[in-house]
Parts: sequence; structure tokens; C-alpha cells
Amino acid sequence: MTNSSSSIIVECLQVATVVFLAPLFTGWVRLLKCRAQARTSAGLLQPYRDIYKLFFKEVALAENASWIFRFTPYMVFGATVMAGAIIPVISTRAPLSATADIIALVAIFALARFFSALAGMDAGTAFGGMGSSREMMVASLAEPAMLMSVFTISLVNRSTSLSQMTHVIVNSPIMLRPSLAFALLAFALIAIAETGRIPVDNPATHLELTMIHEAMCLEFSGRHLALIEWAKGIKLLLFASLGIALFAPWGMATGGTLQSLVISYVTLTAKLAVIGVAIVLIETRLAKMRIFRVPEFLGAAFLLATLGMLSYFMLE
Amino acid sequence: MPSLCDLLNDRFSAIAKKVSGVLPASIALYSTPPERLPELASALKAGGARLMAEWAVDETAFGREFAVYLAFNSGKEFVLLKADIAAQNPSFPSIAGIYPAANRFERQIMSLFGIIALGHPDPRQWIKHEDWPEDAFPLRKSFDASRYLERREATYDWVQATGDGVYEIPVGPVHAGIIEPGHFRFQSVGEDIINLEERLGYVHKGIEKRFESLPILSAYKLAGRVSGDTTVAHAIAYCQALEAVGQTQIPPRAAWIRAVLLELERVANHVSDIGAICNDAAFTFMLYQMSLLRERILKISVSMFGHRLMMDCVIPGGVNADIIPSAAQTIISGLDFVSNEFERLIAIYEGNPSLEDRLYGAGILSPAIATELGVVGFVARASGTPLDARIQMPFAPYDTIVPETPLLRSGDVHARAWVRILEVRESIRLIREFLHGVPQGALSAVCRMPLPGASGFSTVEGWRGEIVYWLQAGDDGTINRCMVRDPSSVNWVALEHAIKGNIVPDFPLCNKSFNQSYSGNDL
Repeated sequence: MTNSSSSIIVECLQVATVVFLAPLFTGWVRLLKCRAQARTSAGLLQPYRDIYKLFFKEVALAENASWIFRFTPYMVFGATVMAGAIIPVISTRAPLSATADIIALVAIFALARFFSALAGMDAGTAFGGMGSSREMMVASLAEPAMLMSVFTISLVNRSTSLSQMTHVIVNSPIMLRPSLAFALLAFALIAIAETGRIPVDNPATHLELTMIHEAMCLEFSGRHLALIEWAKGIKLLLFASLGIALFAPWGMATGGTLQSLVISYVTLTAKLAVIGVAIVLIETRLAKMRIFRVPEFLGAAFLLATLGMLSYFMLE
Repeated sequence: MPSLCDLLNDRFSAIAKKVSGVLPASIALYSTPPERLPELASALKAGGARLMAEWAVDETAFGREFAVYLAFNSGKEFVLLKADIAAQNPSFPSIAGIYPAANRFERQIMSLFGIIALGHPDPRQWIKHEDWPEDAFPLRKSFDASRYLERREATYDWVQATGDGVYEIPVGPVHAGIIEPGHFRFQSVGEDIINLEERLGYVHKGIEKRFESLPILSAYKLAGRVSGDTTVAHAIAYCQALEAVGQTQIPPRAAWIRAVLLELERVANHVSDIGAICNDAAFTFMLYQMSLLRERILKISVSMFGHRLMMDCVIPGGVNADIIPSAAQTIISGLDFVSNEFERLIAIYEGNPSLEDRLYGAGILSPAIATELGVVGFVARASGTPLDARIQMPFAPYDTIVPETPLLRSGDVHARAWVRILEVRESIRLIREFLHGVPQGALSAVCRMPLPGASGFSTVEGWRGEIVYWLQAGDDGTINRCMVRDPSSVNWVALEHAIKGNIVPDFPLCNKSFNQSYSGNDL
């Protein structure tokens, strides 16, 4: 097997993993959350059943919805899968990873969000516009903080390419860097905001007036909703994977050998399981914050990222 | 301050005549010409009276015409004003400018009775929606409830707001959760709410009209279904009005058991609502834990009384559920468990800063506005108004074992939740004492048939607050009129005021902290 063909196989494997295992991760988080609240859970596989069910449901379109509304679910899903090809999840040697760096990744997520916000306003309901406005408020604060946090890691690893950065970390000895500690904290806060988890947004609420992300997506139905929900699950998995790739990639395959891939899958599963527990601990212990606390929350993330960058220059 | 009766006797003896006709005898009834109502209402308001309810009656069955009644309260004193009104072009001067609480009462009188409140600031239809025929007044005796009504095309004149950046958010009447229907319309700028308008009446079932077709001795079942979560309190209120007008003494044992049921209902509802408030701040843990506690109480209820919500356990003349000593022990040990768990959860509630950040300072209902609107129940007690029908019009055992009424002044979401937390503790204490002291004796007495035209008045502290019934007997054991005033009828409007200046995403939390009944309001 040639080097390039093996990396293509690895790339395909990674995309398939991200797309088809994302609902499992969502199911894991929900299962833990049920247990934490003394409830019986619907099972690990419930997100698959939900998506499957939605694909067979009729699509109800608002009369005055334009092509943007119909196009958005595919756009969002496509962009999210694209991001799944860029972020090193199982191997640092994905060929597509070399074509796009961290800045492009942020832009891809922004593109999906841009279309979601347009679609939210497109149907013309009060909730959709409200959701779009809130989502953009969160985004305008989260994106710079995210770049700042990742740039700190880029400084440490001398690259903005994700696979390059991950590669460097995997092959260097474990050491404690204050700059990375700050960047990790900042990244955790941003990931909570970006994936719409408590305390920023509540993914499980039925209260339209309190929603951020969900309010934007209220008008979607049938296969459109299936894609939006699926993309949301993938995004959660990707942010977890991104955190793993940037801060704890040890165990990730650097080549395409079967053995390294098996190790990579095992360590990935273990790390994701732990991240699921962390999400549930946060979500069970915290109430959702008032929406105008979100800027303070993301301001803190930006500040932490800046401190990380400063400490790199001052201490390292 | 002089009593309300002294005030009317001393200064208004020329226009307010003391008459008989309402029982129990402690309720004073005055008759007045309708044009003097505003004058009397102003004087009573200056004398510190609160308007409890305002309603109309069709008395044509007794050879009279229409009448409008007003119920006032101050401390332990209850005064009713009655104004006879001609059936031809019926009208009376509005007192909505004096008592804001009268606003919706009078809109209801106009919609359902066709009696015009002259000078009313907002004469839009209320409860009866505009798709009814204009001349259909369902609470008049001449209205045939079995008649098919043609649906009419019409629109409701919503309050409008104009200006740069003002937009409207219509919410409901059908909501995403499993709750009752009601429409809320917000005008907001960005996330700031500048106005909220409620529109209710989507669960208007014609309960008051239905009462009039039921035998007076069996209509307690309907009262128990006015608002399902308050079935015990409504049934007690109906039965007390009936027992008052029929001058029936219920056995002491029955009264004590009624009190136990009433407090159990309070604990069950308060406990689950405290969890639900936390859930609206996405603190889901509390909802499930508190739901478990409620379930525990409902399981006790179903095993002791045969119904989870204790429906139809209160009957005219007494109760139809007994508490034998071993049952009392079961209730007490169940409550011990609930009490321990509850305290553990309240410690979590108190110790969680993220929850505190949401609940403190949200949805403030100031004491001044609360008094002006005449709100009742835990909403009033969280805003500095110490109202409690268990103290103001006590029945045994509340006359000897007096409840301690919690009182807070901050009027925010936390205050409403905290008042209910304190009430849970107090109710558990009361139940223990009641069970300890339940006297022996019969469970019910024969309820005597009231005289036609006589009326009974009662008020009972349900978990939402004071429930008022006014029951007028008709001929041959029928009901001429049964006026139901759920606490929701006066408390709903307070939400419109509490929400001003809050942000849109805080509305569900504020709404949940009031948790008023749609069914009890719409009837």
C-alpha cells in the first residue's frame, strides 16, 4: 500500500467515524445526564433512532421560505462534515488536513452559522429572528476568543496547521506549559458556547423564548431537521476531538498502520467518554446563565486566551 | 382604622342599606343604587379594603332583575355590596379606575352578562372570544346553553407599540410544553420587554353556566374540577358556601380531615413547582428530584384516599375519606421522608450561585403594585402583603392551630419560590399536628337544603391563594348562580407588571414563579 493511498483510506475512515459515531457521543452524554438526575435513559442509540425517524417525516415548509431555508440544512451538514475532515480525530496524517488550517476551520464553522442565521430569519417568525440575533451575538464574541486560544497553541507548536500542531505535540514529551493551561481553559469555555451547552444555551429545553441555537432551527422539519440535528451532534463531537487534538493527542495515530489506528480508536473512545462525564458534571451542577452574562463569560475566555499568549512570551 | 361596616354605617347609611341574604352571618351585605358604587368603592378603598371579586347575577327567577355584587375584605372583615340593575339596557358605572382588579371582572361581566360597565377603560371582550355572536350572553338565564352558535369572523384589538426597533413576539396559545393554553404577546426592543399583553379564555368551558344546571348537593364534583391541581381547595370552598347557605354544621372530625387534605395538596404542588422553577433556569436536577417527592405524596394520597389528587374526597357536609390511626402513621412517616429529602434539596438550592444569579432580582412585583392589583396567595406574600384565608376566615382546626404565614418583600422569582419553600415546611408541621389531634366522631353530617334565593360566601386558602365562592340557591335544590373566583383571576395580571423591564429569555422563569391556572381563570 502506498503512502498516499493509505492516508486517503485513513481520511475516509476518519470522516465516516465522525459522521456515524457522533450520535453515539450525543447518546452517551444524554445517558449520563439521565443517570445523574436519577432518570431512566432512552438508551445510547436514541439519537440514531431520532435521526432515522426524522428522515421519514414530511417536510413542512413555511409559505414564504426562500431557497436559503431549503439549502441551509445541506450547507450546515456539509460544512460540519468538512470540518470533520480537517480536524485530526484518529490520525495526524489526514491529507485534507494539510489544505486547511485552524483559521479556515473557524471560517467553515462561521459559514455554517451564517447560513443558519439567515435561515432563522428566512421563515419570518419572531423566534427565528430572535435566535439568529442571539446566535450572532454569541458568535461575534466566541470566534475571536477561539482564534486567540488556538493561536497560543500555534505559537507553542510553530504552525497554524492542525495536523502539524498535533503531530508536534504527539512527538514531544509531556510537559506542563502555563500558556497551554490558559489556552485549555479558554478553549473549554468557548466550546461550551459554540456547541450550545449549559450554562450558555440549553439543548434540551422546550421554552422557545430562552433558546439560542434551537430558536434558529425551530422551523426545520423532516429530513432538514434530521440534518441539522445530526450536524449539531457532529459539531459536539468535533469540539471534543479538537480539544483532544490540541491538548491531549497522545495515543493518536501518526501513520496509517492498523496497530496505531486501533490504539488511536481505543484512546479516542476513552477520552471522549471522560469528556462526556465532564460535560454532564457541568450541566448538572449549573443553571443556565442570564443571556447578558454570556458576553462576560466569553470575555473571560478571551482574557484567559490572552493571558496564555502573554505567558508564552514571558515564561517560555 | 375603623371597620368597613362602621365606615358604611356611619358615613353612607343613606345609600348603603344593610340587608340580609348572605350567609354565614359574619358576612355583611349592603344594598346600594348602582350609580353610587364608585363613591362607595372609593370610600372603602380609602378605608383599606381590598376588592376580592366583582360579579353579576341574573335574579329573574326570583322576580327580580340583574344585580352586581362586589366583595371587599380587610383583615378578618368581609363586606359584600349589591346593586340591583334593570334588565333593559343594563349598565352600572365602572369602578376599574378605582380598583384595577375590577378591570377584568367588569370585562367579564360585560362579555358574559351583557351588563355594560360605563366608563370602563378597556371594554374589549374577555374570556368570551370575539368569534361568539355579539348578542350571546351565556350567563343570562335567557341564554340556552344547548343552542348552536354561529361562528363570527372578528379580530381582537391587540395593544400596539410603534417606534424604531420595536418588534412583537406572539407566544401561544398552544405552547411547546404540556401546559394549558394562553396567549402572550410581547413588545420588545432587542431583548428588553417593554410590554406584555396576556390573552386568556382559551379554556373557557362554561363552568359557571354548567353549575346552574346541576343539583346543588352534587355540584361539588364540578367545583373539584375547576382547576385539577387545586381540587381539594375548590371542593372545600364550594362545600363551605353550601354548608353556610344551608346552615349545616359539619362534624369536627370532617373539618380536621379537610385541613389535612388541603395541606397535603399544598405540599404536593409547592414541591413540584419549586423544581419546575429551577428547571426553567435549566437546573433540571431539581425538577426530577422534586417530582419524585411529589410522586411520593401522590402515592400516599392514592393509597389513603383512593385518588392521587384527592378528587371528590370532600363532600357537602363532611368528607368521604377517613384517616385511621395506622393511616395517620403512614402519612407521617411518608412526610418524614419527604421533609428530609426536601431539606437536602433546599440546601442545594441555596448553595448554588448560578441558580441564585437567575432567581434573585428577576420578575419583581413591587409591594405597592401588588397591593394596588389586589393579588392573593404566595404571590402577595412574596410582595409584602400578608393575606391568608386560613387566618382571615379560619375553619377548624385553623382556629386553634394557627398557621404561620411567611412574608417577604422583595417580590422577585426567588421570593415567590422561597415563600413556597417556607410554606412546605409549615404545612408539614401543620399536617403532623392535625393528625395528632383529629377528634373522633362522624365523617359527615346531612347537608340541609338551602332556601331559594339565599346565598353563601366562602373563602379558602388553596395553594395558589384565596379561592372565593359565592353560591346562590335556586328553587328545588338547584343552583341559581355559582360564582367562582380562583386566585388566578386576580394574579394573572400581576405577571404583566412583574415582567416589565425584564428580558425576553427570563419570561418563562417569571411565568413559572407565578404558575397561575388557565382553567381556573377562564372557567
